[in-house]
Amino acid sequence: MMITADPKDVPHVEHFAFTPDNLAKAQALMANYPPGRQASAVIGVLDLAQRQQGWLPRVAMNEVATLLDMAPIRVYEIATFYTMFQLKPRGKYLLQVCTTTPCWLRGSDAVMKACQHAADGETFSVQEVECLGACVNAPVVQINDDFFEDLDEASINKVLDAFRRGETPKAGPQVDRQTSAPEGGLTTLRSE
Amino acid sequence: MLADKDRIFTNLYGVHDWRLAGARARGAWDNTKALIERGHDAIIDEMKKSGLRGRGGAGFPTGLKWSFMPKEVKDRPHYLIVNADESEPGTCKDRDIMRHDPHLLVEGCLIAGFAMRANAGYIYVRGEFYNEAQNLMAAIREAYDAGLLGKNACGSGWDFDLYVHRGAGAYICGEETALLESLEGKKGMPRLKPPFPAGSGLYGCPSTVNNVESIAVAPTILRRGAAWFAGIGRPNNTGTKLFCISGHVNKPCNVEEEMGIPLREVIERHAGGVRGGWDNLLAVIPGGASVPLLPKSICDTVLMDFDSLRDQKTGLGTAAVIVMDKSTDVVKAIARLSQFYKHESCGQCTPCREGTGWMWRVMERMVLGNARIEEIDALEDVTRQVEGHTICALGDAAAWPIQGLIRHFRPEMERRIRARTEKLAAE
Repeated sequence: MMITADPKDVPHVEHFAFTPDNLAKAQALMANYPPGRQASAVIGVLDLAQRQQGWLPRVAMNEVATLLDMAPIRVYEIATFYTMFQLKPRGKYLLQVCTTTPCWLRGSDAVMKACQHAADGETFSVQEVECLGACVNAPVVQINDDFFEDLDEASINKVLDAFRRGETPKAGPQVDRQTSAPEGGLTTLRSE
Repeated sequence: MLADKDRIFTNLYGVHDWRLAGARARGAWDNTKALIERGHDAIIDEMKKSGLRGRGGAGFPTGLKWSFMPKEVKDRPHYLIVNADESEPGTCKDRDIMRHDPHLLVEGCLIAGFAMRANAGYIYVRGEFYNEAQNLMAAIREAYDAGLLGKNACGSGWDFDLYVHRGAGAYICGEETALLESLEGKKGMPRLKPPFPAGSGLYGCPSTVNNVESIAVAPTILRRGAAWFAGIGRPNNTGTKLFCISGHVNKPCNVEEEMGIPLREVIERHAGGVRGGWDNLLAVIPGGASVPLLPKSICDTVLMDFDSLRDQKTGLGTAAVIVMDKSTDVVKAIARLSQFYKHESCGQCTPCREGTGWMWRVMERMVLGNARIEEIDALEDVTRQVEGHTICALGDAAAWPIQGLIRHFRPEMERRIRARTEKLAAE
């Protein structure tokens, strides 16, 4: 349980409306559930709003409530319960640094320090997150939708520098390695 | 060691094409119609005979779980729910299934859905797995386009629709009833059981929640036969299993091995051994953050399956092996897990909401030795007060790692307290 946004950090936003494209996506999500169960789409529709706006101002939550025929408080509850919803503006790249035990054992402290050093609130924002579920590629940082894996201080800095230059660095392992396979060659599945 | 020919996840590492054509070349979707034509009960029987136990942590027999669904569909539709909220620290196997072999899961959903007489299924994917969900959705679209899902799926006469539902960051949604709440558009707070989901689950309808791996192995079990699967591993602990080996090993990795493989073998054969050699091992958490750790003396010989690990007062859990070498501050490693549970408690039950915070704060003091010796007993006592006194197992999961630490590393905790007391006295 935690407070996700201090009111003084939340700017006033007057108006929010879904773009036609996002409205169509929202309606497609709602169609995934039986009639009358459109509230099931609330996480997905909030995610669309967040992708459009960059974060979730209250007017966006209200718009989602109207669309899904939910009481606004039920939508606020969702937005504050699930940690991926950003209730205040953030930088262009959100650095979500995993520091749970498997990442910590492999040096997430140094990765965290590098990310905190880079965080300027405009290009980069940083968040400590709980287990991202890529533990055999620890330490891991999620940057917007992508996982950057097998990091150390040097490689995370390289990734961040690339973003600063406007490049799109390659996600996944930052060492020479096939996804979750052991480094240096397969021990199984070699017969094919 | 498991032979490659007995491996189910032949594209575990994404070396090959994960799309429909690649999956078909590896044997997926091969005459699925014939599997379905065996009938609901024959499929469930075969699953029971295979001995498959749920791969999400609890190890409940999968076939038996399927058999709890009503035998006929009355006024309420049946639902298959797949738990892809993989969030147990140390665990990253379902991620590989979804991104590298999603068709195994999609085909499994059709078969499991048919077996339990469901015409719809939802796969609840943790929100952070955005790219994995994209692959899974692409696989589902391919399956629809090829007539493998939807009306008259695979020409079987059974209609089956499958949807991906993304979460948004909440460990608790891996608890099956919290997952159902979340799927209904609410906060992920676990429900009291009974009623169990098979009686009243999603939207109050009969539902069964299964882990990704449990569902993804089903088509292969049916094709190769229950006897094949049951012939791998040990009685009551059968089949192949995805292991995730993280922490202080030379080559962390995921690997599919047989159940009951010795812990030492899985680490040395596939993960390049413990950093600095086996004798540099301090402890292993054998099944994800929720299970108690084991000291090296037990790791020397223990087998990786449900019953062997239960006998050592721990568990197979998700088979996420977290290795710690002798350089590890083991109290801090467990304290970090306490912080995790404090962060992830949904706040519904008082023992968990208050207990996880209390346990974390005391654990942080234990890291520094800033405590009295008696407080170790007080901490143990609080874990017992939390354990078993909450709606869901998150309270238990928060208690067990601390109990394991006290069981095996109490001398280290006492040493820190004495060292700090002596240091303060000397000053």
